[in-house]
Amino acid sequence: MNLALHDIRHNLGRFLLTSVGLGLLLGVVLSMIGIYRGLVSEALSLARSPAADLWVVETGTRGPFAEGSRIPGDTREAVARLTGVTATGAVTFQSFETEHRGRKLRLQVVGFEPGRLGGPSGLVEGRDIVRRHEVVADAKTGLTVGERIVLAGDPYTVVGLTRGAVSSGGDPIVWLTLRDSQVLQFRLSPAPARREAARGAVTQTPDTVNAVLARVAPSVPVDAVAAEARRWKHLSALTQADQETILTRSVVEKARQQIGLFTTVLLTVSTVIIALIIYTMTMDKLKEIATLKLIGAPDGRIVGLIVQQALALGILGFSIGATLIASIKDHFPRRVLMQPEDATALGVIVIVVCVVASGLGVRLALKVDPATALGS
Amino acid sequence: MTEDIRPLVELRGLAKHYGEGETRVDALKSIDLDLMPGQVIGLLGPSGSGKTTLLNLIGCIVEPSAGTMKLDGETVWDGRWRRSDLRKLRLEKVGFIFQFHNLLPFLDVVDNIALVLDMAGIGREPAKQRAIELLEYLEVGHRRNAMPSQLSGGEAQRVAIARALANRPRIILADEPTAALDGQRAGIVMDLMRRVAVDQKAAVVVVTHDEKIYDRFDDIYSLRDGRIAEN
Repeated sequence: MNLALHDIRHNLGRFLLTSVGLGLLLGVVLSMIGIYRGLVSEALSLARSPAADLWVVETGTRGPFAEGSRIPGDTREAVARLTGVTATGAVTFQSFETEHRGRKLRLQVVGFEPGRLGGPSGLVEGRDIVRRHEVVADAKTGLTVGERIVLAGDPYTVVGLTRGAVSSGGDPIVWLTLRDSQVLQFRLSPAPARREAARGAVTQTPDTVNAVLARVAPSVPVDAVAAEARRWKHLSALTQADQETILTRSVVEKARQQIGLFTTVLLTVSTVIIALIIYTMTMDKLKEIATLKLIGAPDGRIVGLIVQQALALGILGFSIGATLIASIKDHFPRRVLMQPEDATALGVIVIVVCVVASGLGVRLALKVDPATALGS
Repeated sequence: MTEDIRPLVELRGLAKHYGEGETRVDALKSIDLDLMPGQVIGLLGPSGSGKTTLLNLIGCIVEPSAGTMKLDGETVWDGRWRRSDLRKLRLEKVGFIFQFHNLLPFLDVVDNIALVLDMAGIGREPAKQRAIELLEYLEVGHRRNAMPSQLSGGEAQRVAIARALANRPRIILADEPTAALDGQRAGIVMDLMRRVAVDQKAAVVVVTHDEKIYDRFDDIYSLRDGRIAEN
């Protein structure tokens, strides 16, 4: 006869309500883990989307994400001639904010040369860019194919859509031609342009890019090509692994630590709350426990009653939390990435926490004097 | 065939004190008592006289300080416990009936009784069958599927008696079993205990303040200051 099951059935409403409360708390823990994973995933998505092996940037910088990097546009031709390089592409990256349909729209603008590395991949709707003043946007922008958007005074037509392409800051990506992006990034507005012209400075938009991407033949070591590129004194070369390390260890490191710490605090709070719930549940049953002891129930039976209820509470709470977050994760403003291994790890932690937390209740139960069942 | 007239409870010089030195309190002082099969006795006395302590000692819930105690012919205490598993001893030989029935609120009537048998290692179906038989015997068979909260005071106390009898104990200890019942129901409960004592050849010890049932006992022991004052 399973006493825990009978007790749960008898107090079903209360048990379910407690499980829902615990589920909400565990849902928050799970969502924090998902946000943490999403942060890393978003940070890497922009760097991974061109599937490049090498990033050639301005010397002395760790660009283009961690630091600013400006190199001449013709660097791409030079890099393309390096031994082992099979494809190249010059790119620019720029954070941009505009107003569209009466709302603020923050974008990560990526300029690339159509037909070369750096462009959008995996279009879910529309086509690639074939001419200037066309853009491919991520669906998170809310833009639709055929819609027109104004960037720095120039109109652009949305010709294609991607899904899940965001910057490390969570802003959706908009791709446009390299030339358009250079205009967007480097063109002076009329008043500063007139001032520059008056002092005799060159006011034409420079052919400057932030990085040159290169894909290397599988038979050629990427490090060797990087070393070759670094021989140009004005350039530096980072492998894809270097770039990903910079992004995760530098660009999003503080946010990562913040979320990691907060998740740890939440887990600690959850542990304390689970322990308190189980302790209170045991306190409510002291008379029944005393009676059980008096009529000859072995300790194992009483321990089983408490531990099984704690486990049932934890498992149900975790299931509620996981289901809740799985069903609402897509409505978060930033990506919440739920990975099966994270959910499994949290599930195991919850089970361990329940067993440990029930220790308090078990200790209390084992100390109950059976004599208290008499005459009370 | 000779009838077994060996006492079920034999207490010799049984004593219990709490604390030592200036804080020492003698709850029971040198109790001698024999309880025979079929005997129903009442333990009376004012609060603090040692009634509940005596019940706890016979039920092997607390450790005596001196004397000897035999239950069903087996020496269980003679300066130390002779049985390592007192829980099992209680399960096999002693049935408890409480003032407020103490039924487990999360089990229905049948399961409250079957639990005791389940703990003794009897299978689920035979345990249920025995529980139903007991409920019929105590004339509450029609309430077998009710939860304790749905029972009247009298019904609950009958179910508690059924639970106490489940393992066919030789000694039944009842602590104010009629305190929460009116005179008629108290009489019925005492009649039941008498029937059990006779049918199962058990000894029944009832701690009570309830004057309505004094005439139901074979013997009444009055406790005062830890001693049996009168018989």
